[in-house]
Amino acid sequence: MARRTPLNETHRKLGARMVDFVGWDMPVQYTSVIGEHEAVRTAVGLFDVSHMGEIEFTGPGALDTVNRLISNDLARCADGQALYAGLLNDQGGFVDDIVVYRFSPERIFICVNSSNRDKDFAWMKERAQGVKPVDRGDDFAQIAVQGPKAAGLIQRLTKADLSKVGTYRFTEGEVAGVACIISRTGYTGEDGFELYCAPEGAERLWNALLQEGQADGVKPCGLGARDSLRTEMKFALYGNDIDDTHTALEAGLGWIVKLDKPGGFIGKEALEQQKAAGVKRRLVGFELTGSGIPRHGYPLLKDGQRVGEVTSGTLGPSVKKPIGMGYVPTELAAEGSTFDVEIRGRAVPAKVVKTPFWKKP
Amino acid sequence: MSDIPKDLKYTKDHEWARQAGSLVTVGVTAHAQEALGDVVYVELPKVGSSVTAGKQFGVIESTKAVSELYAPLSGKVVRVNDALTDKPDTVNADPYGNGWIIELEPSDPKQLDELLDATAYGELLKNG
Repeated sequence: MARRTPLNETHRKLGARMVDFVGWDMPVQYTSVIGEHEAVRTAVGLFDVSHMGEIEFTGPGALDTVNRLISNDLARCADGQALYAGLLNDQGGFVDDIVVYRFSPERIFICVNSSNRDKDFAWMKERAQGVKPVDRGDDFAQIAVQGPKAAGLIQRLTKADLSKVGTYRFTEGEVAGVACIISRTGYTGEDGFELYCAPEGAERLWNALLQEGQADGVKPCGLGARDSLRTEMKFALYGNDIDDTHTALEAGLGWIVKLDKPGGFIGKEALEQQKAAGVKRRLVGFELTGSGIPRHGYPLLKDGQRVGEVTSGTLGPSVKKPIGMGYVPTELAAEGSTFDVEIRGRAVPAKVVKTPFWKKP
Repeated sequence: MSDIPKDLKYTKDHEWARQAGSLVTVGVTAHAQEALGDVVYVELPKVGSSVTAGKQFGVIESTKAVSELYAPLSGKVVRVNDALTDKPDTVNADPYGNGWIIELEPSDPKQLDELLDATAYGELLKNG
């Protein structure tokens, strides 16, 4: 039996097509993936992301405990700041990619991928030195409000001054009478917020956003649009583009790896060695110059030899091109490098392009 | 329930076939395009190539998924809908009209009788 978010019935009433996503019964689309994608690029979209997990570290030493578990440096953040980071294994591969919220040095809140909720918690429990993690996954629903009109929409429903909440900053306040963590973060490449609230408040919050957002052209959006939006930004999806066998450096996420931070972190030694020896393969973004659509798992070929495979691919609804990502040997990773994607036995030419694929016009 | 025109024949795989003189036009049903979602790519066979009843003749892709197209009957491809290369979403907008996919010269027109009629296809969807 698939798990359900507090908004499951709401999705069904809205006519969503539901699918199983890593054990969760989730909306993949309401009307059209492309229509929902466009709503986020031009207006505002609502996503139920309550399947994401939350883990909290509370008490003296919480900051230091978490900082040793993550690749990025939370000590250099201010209170009220959110930080994208890797939760790495000893080999420098990803246990997960996470967003860490610094409420204070004694209260750290972490959002983790739904597919990794249990694994991450077990990992943190085993490896945390000092403060122990608490699984808060069932205490929170999460609604992502994304798009150029997201801030205006939420501002009409809250007394919190959103002009004071910058990108990757957060505050707490009521939205439509529901107590929320209001975080200016997202997974779409657009401005927007992620609202964490108690499961009991989720339906009220969702309906208020949907109703108040009518004037903005708000659309409820499913996982289909979430995937196409993030792919156009080359945002990695755990299990596709990053996993425990590819390191943060190979994934092009060196910017979330702080090798010189005091106290170190799990995976540091492996990454230092890899950096010294040279990174042999890299995650690149490419577009097809021939016809077809790259899909997860399709082989990447150079002169007929398999050199990698597609980790994510789609027809980008905004870029209007077949785009994809995949790991290739470093010598094929520079912008303009060419290789082929094998699509149903055909070698279709592709070239490495600058990413993100999508840039605001 | 999606639209199922009475004058067409259907496969269990959700293709339709329309006889016009000695030729048969083939497309996917309203139910199929709805299930697929936004169609973003259609891989068409070459004009002059042969297709076999029940065997794959092309591919149709939505934003999320790749699906095979199966030939309702055997024959030679005499025309393909090139307009779908630029406007694949025509399959969503007009699956029984401008969203047609190929036109066949059947090698055995009697194969049409083996396909489902509208009533039988409707039953198949209902019992889905």
